[in-house]
Amino acid sequence: MLAFAIRRLLQSVLVMLAVGFIAFSLFNFTGDPVALMLPPEATQADRDEVRKSLGLDEPSYVQFAIFVKNGLQGNFGISLRLGRPVSQLLIERLPATLELAMTAALLGLLIGIPMGIFTALKRDSWTSKVFLTGSLIGVSLPNFLIGIFLILIFAVWLGWLPSFGRGDVTQIGYWSTGFLTQSGLKALVLPAITLGFYPVTLIMRLVRAEMLEVLRTDYIKFARARGLTNHAVHFGHALKNTLVPVITITGLQLGGLIAFAIITETVFQWPGMGLLFIQAVQFADIPVMAAYLCLIGFIFVSINLMVDMLYYVVDPRLRVDRATLGGH
Amino acid sequence: MTTPSVPLLQVKNLRIEFPTRRGILVAVDDISFEIAAGEVLGVVGESGAGKSLTGAAVIGLLEPPGRIAGGEIIFNGKRIDNLGFEDIRKIRGREIGAIFQDPLTSLNPLYTIGRQLTETIETHLALTHTQARTRAIELLEEVGIPAAAKRIDHYPHQFSGGMRQRVVISLALAANPKLIIADEPTTALDVSIQAQIITLLKKLGREHGTAVMLITHDMGVIAETADRVAVMYAGRIAEIGPVAEVIHHPQHPYTIGLMGAIPSVGDNHERLSQIDGSMPRLTAIPAGCAFNPRCTRVNDVANHRCTIERPSLLPAGKTRAACWLHDRLGQQSTAINQHTVTV
Repeated sequence: MLAFAIRRLLQSVLVMLAVGFIAFSLFNFTGDPVALMLPPEATQADRDEVRKSLGLDEPSYVQFAIFVKNGLQGNFGISLRLGRPVSQLLIERLPATLELAMTAALLGLLIGIPMGIFTALKRDSWTSKVFLTGSLIGVSLPNFLIGIFLILIFAVWLGWLPSFGRGDVTQIGYWSTGFLTQSGLKALVLPAITLGFYPVTLIMRLVRAEMLEVLRTDYIKFARARGLTNHAVHFGHALKNTLVPVITITGLQLGGLIAFAIITETVFQWPGMGLLFIQAVQFADIPVMAAYLCLIGFIFVSINLMVDMLYYVVDPRLRVDRATLGGH
Repeated sequence: MTTPSVPLLQVKNLRIEFPTRRGILVAVDDISFEIAAGEVLGVVGESGAGKSLTGAAVIGLLEPPGRIAGGEIIFNGKRIDNLGFEDIRKIRGREIGAIFQDPLTSLNPLYTIGRQLTETIETHLALTHTQARTRAIELLEEVGIPAAAKRIDHYPHQFSGGMRQRVVISLALAANPKLIIADEPTTALDVSIQAQIITLLKKLGREHGTAVMLITHDMGVIAETADRVAVMYAGRIAEIGPVAEVIHHPQHPYTIGLMGAIPSVGDNHERLSQIDGSMPRLTAIPAGCAFNPRCTRVNDVANHRCTIERPSLLPAGKTRAACWLHDRLGQQSTAINQHTVTV
């Protein structure tokens, strides 16, 4: 277990270095920052001065080392647009995005898994066919369209739910949560459904496919031959085997949800990191973009790491204690 | 309850069909046999002869769209082919156990063998969890798992193939069923382990008084284990009888060909005989006797009867064979064992 964890951890560090390098290159490939910072009439001496004070006269690998060192300390510089430390901006926005993504992922699991099981077990039922057709729509409709439709129906026509923003938030330490106020919860509904639509349909189709696969296996046939109840066969034996791949996909989805909440956040003006990023792109706010890239990379890598560990917990075959391998 | 005269399992005119787009495939066509309590019936035949389907039908585990289209299955004096799901489920494992071909895939990889055993025991017997676990350890010891009390908490992947098949056998025996359907129980195993598993099955069958329906294509396994043997061909029983008789004095031309094709060590080193051609596809079973296109003696029966009329099982020697050569009542009275064929 430990060797496995360490190996995975080292791989993660390598991935993070690669992500960091790409983020770092953003600075170099989007024009000379000195030229951007100084007025056009600045002298060459002024330019050299600033270049030196920013460490830009060093060779690029030294610059990269400094970038990594600062990044590790959470220092990604100052936002060009807002003039505030980037890390501070991200920390402010992080809770909004995480709460949205988690809610969407939870929706995906809580709705997707039961629907997947249902459509696998009652393959020929009318309801299953409706679910499957509906899921096709969910997979193929773009996110922003769903969001706009939801706004039209529930915010404009029915007026039940707010169409933008996060409602009232409660501050708990660094974390601002919308879960504790009614307006916060109401504001969460539409964006979470919009963002959760895809994971729901994806998980449903995945669970269904896996479950059908597992139901065909010999050990399920044998479990039936042992006279176990349908409930025990389906939920005791089939479901657990089904969930092994589902864990991976859900984990990857969660990373994707956080990263690609950009569109949903834009549609609903949700004050999360995605919205911050879109605004940063519009203003060529490189430090924010670089930091966002690193953070998303970090979240992806951490989730993957956790998924690998979970796999390990669920599937005994991956555990390395082969010392007990039997006779014959 | 069973009296010696009433067989444990009676299969009467069983017919299994698969509806397909091109019409109905008859995979098992009108077969009848019986298994007495404690008896080992070998069912032998080529792949696709319908052996496994017959076994699956008995425990109500035919995979859709396969279905029982006719006949009856009577177990312990009670008809079981038309039971509802819950009723047949209670028979599975409790009254009729099953062992499948591949021990590597018969066990759920994510649960310990102990959990799989105790859940089976608790499903069928009114035992507490602790009692069930004790019984599970006893079962493992009985099938020859060393250090059973420790091994019970191991996962299937921690056992070798032979050991896993032993675990599978202990699972089939968990609720002490009266009949075990063993579908190719040794095919996936090494030859040296095959013998161990067969010996074990035989021993346990004897000790528990369990009848066994042993499905295999391995005549050697049948010869060693079975009391009687049914030879299946293209979804029908070609010949059925005591194992020694079928092996040494086969009466159906197919069985004769089959026995001739088995090499044996002590034999003279002549070429093995072979049956020309192959078993017909289910879509193209010929009229009359299914074996007639390959049969060397098809011309010994008058009036092309073999290609027109399907033979039923007729008494032949000490066995029964589905072959018109044995129809002593009809116009055909050629003695079968007289191999002076006039060409």
